[in-house]
Amino acid sequence: MARISGIDLPKNKQGEIGLTYIYGIGRATAKKILATSGIPFEKKVSDWDDDDLASIRKFITDNMTIEGELRSEKQLNIKRLLDIGCYRGLRHRKGLPVRGQRTKTNSRTRKGKRRTVAGKKKVTK
Amino acid sequence: MARSLKKGPFVDYKLEKKVLQLNDNKKKTVVKTWSRRSMITPDFVGHTFAVHNGNKFIPVYVTENMVGHKLGEFSPTRTFKGHPVKNN
Repeated sequence: MARISGIDLPKNKQGEIGLTYIYGIGRATAKKILATSGIPFEKKVSDWDDDDLASIRKFITDNMTIEGELRSEKQLNIKRLLDIGCYRGLRHRKGLPVRGQRTKTNSRTRKGKRRTVAGKKKVTK
Repeated sequence: MARSLKKGPFVDYKLEKKVLQLNDNKKKTVVKTWSRRSMITPDFVGHTFAVHNGNKFIPVYVTENMVGHKLGEFSPTRTFKGHPVKNN
């Protein structure tokens, strides 16, 4: 059973995919980690031996912030924007897209589920 | 795209001159400016700027955290007070 940086233990997956279950590791970083540790990408997580695990752990602790640490770092960055009252902070506060995207349509990820406005009439031909 | 590091941060020449003069004289007055495009440099910290938003001058007190942002980011140009209520 592989257990890296706390709670993550995906099994029966190829290493490249398995590592992406950790917050802060995607496909690209997973590949980079495996390459530097000299482990084939296809090797299943359950097949990793202790040396593999150790080298992966070492790479992560040396080079990356991950999981809770990364989450709090992100939160701090956003909080900074909120506190200084800049445009990006205001957008975060309102839950609207921050990077200048259009809001007339789309941007549902930020705005959440559609809230129907009462009294808005449909245009009929 | 981010600005080339080679050029350094952009600050309007006149504004920078004004701020440096204030620093030399150890004075703190409100600096009225239209230069929303100017980057806030460490020299600006502690000063208050009145940044034009196209209509009014918005007072901005610069703190250390704001270094690296542009003055315009702190002076919103749009007012949105919710959608108009239709009555009929």
